[in-house]
Amino acid sequence: MRLHEYQAKQVFAEAGIPTPASALASTVDEAVAAAEEVGYPCAIKAQVHVGGRGKAGGIKLVDDEDEAREAAEDIIGMDLKGYHVDRVLVEAAVDFVNELYVGVTMDRGEGKPVAMVSTRGGVNIEEVAEEDPDAIAREHIDPAFGMHPYQARKAVYDAGVDRDIAGDVASVLTTLYELWDEKDGSDAEINPLMVTSDDEVVAADAVMNIDGDSLFRHPDLAEMEEEAAEDELEAKANEYGFDYVRLEGNVGIIGNGAGLVMTTLDLVDYYGGKPANFLDIGGGAKAERVTNALDMVFSDENVDAVVFNIFGGITRGDEVAEGINTALEQFDEIPKPVVVRLAGTKAEEGMEILNTDLVQVEATLEDAVQATVALAEEVNE
Amino acid sequence: MSVLVDEDTRVVVQGITGGEGRFHTEQMMEYGTNVVAGAVPGKGGQEVAGVPVYDTVARAADEEDADASVVFVPPAFAGDALFEAIDADVDLVVAITEGIPTQDVSRVYRRLNETDTYMIGPNCPGIITPGESKLGILPGNIFSSGNVGLVSRSGTLTYQVVDSLTDRGLGQSTAVGIGGDPIIGTDFIDALELFEEDPETHAIVMCGEIGGEDEEEAADYIGEYMDTPVVGFIAGRTAPPGKRMGHAGAIVSGSGTGTAASKIDALESVGVPVGDTPEEVTEHIEDIL
Repeated sequence: MRLHEYQAKQVFAEAGIPTPASALASTVDEAVAAAEEVGYPCAIKAQVHVGGRGKAGGIKLVDDEDEAREAAEDIIGMDLKGYHVDRVLVEAAVDFVNELYVGVTMDRGEGKPVAMVSTRGGVNIEEVAEEDPDAIAREHIDPAFGMHPYQARKAVYDAGVDRDIAGDVASVLTTLYELWDEKDGSDAEINPLMVTSDDEVVAADAVMNIDGDSLFRHPDLAEMEEEAAEDELEAKANEYGFDYVRLEGNVGIIGNGAGLVMTTLDLVDYYGGKPANFLDIGGGAKAERVTNALDMVFSDENVDAVVFNIFGGITRGDEVAEGINTALEQFDEIPKPVVVRLAGTKAEEGMEILNTDLVQVEATLEDAVQATVALAEEVNE
Repeated sequence: MSVLVDEDTRVVVQGITGGEGRFHTEQMMEYGTNVVAGAVPGKGGQEVAGVPVYDTVARAADEEDADASVVFVPPAFAGDALFEAIDADVDLVVAITEGIPTQDVSRVYRRLNETDTYMIGPNCPGIITPGESKLGILPGNIFSSGNVGLVSRSGTLTYQVVDSLTDRGLGQSTAVGIGGDPIIGTDFIDALELFEEDPETHAIVMCGEIGGEDEEEAADYIGEYMDTPVVGFIAGRTAPPGKRMGHAGAIVSGSGTGTAASKIDALESVGVPVGDTPEEVTEHIEDIL
């Protein structure tokens, strides 16, 4: 789960990381009023989960009221790489002499957290990591002990940060790690951490990604997630608790288990079709979940045919079959043709229950995918 | 011979009184697994499927001489349950639970490195040596005994490949689903090393997916140390960059590493054939054996 910039900044500011004066606005008038409040020059920044907002016209620097109004009119309501902008953060511009990068993430290869500092802030840090890995100082953290103060200092000195501000940067890094740890972060980043001519450091951007599996112990962050949903189908997926990704094709795909669902996508592509989505109903899905999954895929108007691919382990075929029946029996006419392949735990029982008047049944994964691709093509002809 | 489990493995089930714990304990016992105890705090003295339940794993392991644990504990309490199993000194912990916070797993992983315990998972289907024992939720009826080893990051993909192998008369020595989470106990290299040492395993299927660099590292290991032939499969060729596909690990960063293409290249460069479909994987294994 990814927090919006304004949400992450709020979390950072509460923990004591310096951030520029700012206010959130959802109308042009609110944005202009906010600009008066934070003072000129200021930046008007679209609040959507899209990388490269600046280049795409989602961030504008303004010097007076007229410019603020014009920028707000441009940005609020704009379509930014497929996302509708309905909120902007109006933020005082920082007069900086230097831009740094600080970040904390989980190093999956090492199985432990890693804290990072670089003097090459303000640019795409992934590119820096690739071209010049030595430009980023890294310090692995023992999760049993947390980050020792010396580790923050070491990372800062290893990165070559100026001595005058080294203490402040180490302090920001320490706070960032503590936040990451306390809030079950997956990534926490400040890029850039701006250095002013007075040797002060200010977080000019803020990224905070939270481990979605940890939300049961962070009700405050779970609330922020609801605010953060930005697409109708994705909001629906959140509500139903599905792993769901919308894609550009017309073959709807539902399955159990990420690996098998991805394989189904790959096979659709292999047999000449185009996947419309990734939808994993997860392990041990009961009938209601199956019904919800079909509801989701039917709601996507790009879908022309659906393949339902289940290989039961912890998931039981009889439950799945019951869910498919329930979902389809409510229609006088099935919205899109559905192909079912059912194998594994309780698959035979499932096949006995399944209402085969409503769906096409195929015995193997390959047959099911090919049949669905053919059905989707027919609709298009 | 087999890898990690056999007919003598004595199993304690953590979370045996829950719905999944109870159902899969019965399934495991039906398959022939030697389930000797359950462990659930506050439920000591009860019985599930004729198996005695203890309040702690330590007591269960002590009284019933258990040497492996299977964990069906809900995510909020699973990290603690894994620490408990490791501290009870069992040889093998199989963590079925899906959705354990990564930071909890990171602490468990750190403790594991100080012990001799193997952990499989979390968020995995478990391990099976066909005809002898299964620890986890794998559907026993699709497996058959033989000499193909299988290691996979995905549970359902394991079933898909096994079904196809069994269908063509290619039995399995041991199949292990290591799970797709960002941090896991037993990884590809650990499993490959165990299969390499197992004289009953004549060929290995390795099923990977997008995200992380485990497959690339495994490819290096295969090139350097393995004599047993390996066939690969990589899920997620069509996944768009930057999107998370279910498994926490299954995300393509977009910077070229962790993609299906980079994993397939790494495997093929050390002579590992990679199937385009699960059926093709079986065909490659047929050619080898």
